[in-house]
Amino acid sequence: MALLRPRDVQQPVLARLLDNERALAAVLLAPAVLILAVFIAYPFVMGVWLSLSSTSVGNPGRFVGLQNFLKAWNDSIFQTTFQNTFVYTFWATIFKLALGMWLALLLNRHFRGKRFVRAAMLLPFIIPTVLSTFAWRWMFDPTFSVLNWLLYRTGLIVTKLPFLSDGTWALWCAIVVNTWRGMPFFAITLLAGLQTINPDLQEAASLDGANAWQRFWHVTWPLLKPVTIVVVVFSIIQTFSDFQLIYVLTGGGPANSTHLLATYAYQIGVATGLLGEGAAISLFMFPVLLAVVWIQLRYLRRLEGA
Amino acid sequence: MVIERHWKKWVYFYIPLTLFIIGTLFPFYWMLITAVRPDAELYRSWRAVNNTPFWTLQPTLAHVQDLLARTTFPRWLWNTFFIAIVSTGISLACGLLAGYALARLRFPMAGLLGTSIFVTYLVPPTLLFIPLADIVRNFHLGNTPWALILTYPTFLIPFCTWLLMGYFKTIPKELEECARIDGASRFGAMVRIIFPIAVPGILSAGIFAFTLSWNEFIYALIFLSSPERKTVPVGVVSELIRGDIYFWGQLMAGALLGSVPVAFIYSFFVEHYVAGLTGSVKG
Repeated sequence: MALLRPRDVQQPVLARLLDNERALAAVLLAPAVLILAVFIAYPFVMGVWLSLSSTSVGNPGRFVGLQNFLKAWNDSIFQTTFQNTFVYTFWATIFKLALGMWLALLLNRHFRGKRFVRAAMLLPFIIPTVLSTFAWRWMFDPTFSVLNWLLYRTGLIVTKLPFLSDGTWALWCAIVVNTWRGMPFFAITLLAGLQTINPDLQEAASLDGANAWQRFWHVTWPLLKPVTIVVVVFSIIQTFSDFQLIYVLTGGGPANSTHLLATYAYQIGVATGLLGEGAAISLFMFPVLLAVVWIQLRYLRRLEGA
Repeated sequence: MVIERHWKKWVYFYIPLTLFIIGTLFPFYWMLITAVRPDAELYRSWRAVNNTPFWTLQPTLAHVQDLLARTTFPRWLWNTFFIAIVSTGISLACGLLAGYALARLRFPMAGLLGTSIFVTYLVPPTLLFIPLADIVRNFHLGNTPWALILTYPTFLIPFCTWLLMGYFKTIPKELEECARIDGASRFGAMVRIIFPIAVPGILSAGIFAFTLSWNEFIYALIFLSSPERKTVPVGVVSELIRGDIYFWGQLMAGALLGSVPVAFIYSFFVEHYVAGLTGSVKG
């Protein structure tokens, strides 16, 4: 019918505006874009500016070019920090993936109390990292470590292990705690991926004589790859930019040997007040994050294209 | 079915699963046992013969009482809760609207905007905390809850938008088209038809966002300074360690009490939380 109903004629301007697809889109997106522009885009630009300046607390600073970056690059603590960040991210991600996959495969079977076990397994991921890391720090305590007690009592060690008092040990302890915390995320997302795989495929492979390992490697794994890649990308970003775990577990010590980029940037930028140098140190994360995000975007495009 | 022998089931299933359960939950048990253990037992030499680390015969609430008497712990709980609720609310509202626009409406640069929101999703808070601290100071928001309420959405909005966009895409377009034919405006169809259907998605995003805010640490550490304004994670770190001395009993009591609310909420919404978790990476 081409007749206009009275309602349409009397529609107020706002209502007509909202019925326009473009105008509505602009209105709906405005709050989100505004907040993200003010608190992400603007700080990013400002961070780049700070990193190129000699600003410190109470001193507006001036443009110094790449001096902050060069200074950091030649600083031996920074070099250790930079290396730590890669070691930490690499091993923690490998462990989380391996253990998470294993746990997901275990949880994918039918057993009594499965829902309860799955809910309990997620606890490390729910509980604030700072608080659970304190429990770990107490477990690694130099004098009262329960782990030392356990190993001593079972006869595995004769002297205490220097969990957090030795730089190398401390970094590996941090990797263990990070794995403990992040593994449930892998397990639960991979489990969701596993549940979409048709069990008939497993059965068919089994009838063809494939053993458990072959069934996993040739049937399950290829189907699980897309979700695995996404989860790994998320985890790399989280781990690479980690702050709280190291801050609580070691505070970067002993002797600045366990800093990650984020904790070192905090130490220089906030604790010492050298804002420019701190901003430069945290921007060292940027190229790696950019590369990871780029891989992720390309991968998503390919999935959409397929 | 894949048939297995009995012993194989133990080796490949029960034993690994039990080890996973023990490994996952032991730190929480350790938190609990430390929180109720009297100081005299807590600081006993690790080689002492009478050391029984895994249980205690004299459980005490002294650490909890100390915690409540010497710090403003209930205040921290309230701050954390308030900040988490308000920032989750803001982020859900923004994410709901933006997610709908990106999933349903056609407009110039839709793809670009979607991609940039996704990219901000992947920006970790630790990349920007130094300039953000400056901005917060310039806006005179330092040491107020608003510093966190306005900055938490930077990581919550992208997540909510992404999750809800994925959810909206699963709702058939025909539902809206029917409403439009019946005379509803575009906006009306969105609010009255689509949003009610999306409630499970909204709940998932909300629960997940709430736990993320409860967990947040670095912004709260930098933007808040007076003890009574702090959130639980920051309060525990900065008020229960004096100099080099760790008050382990109180620390563990604080860690436990700070974890209970979020674990409690989680236990009611496990399914929604899992949906949020898996949706957050699928989109």
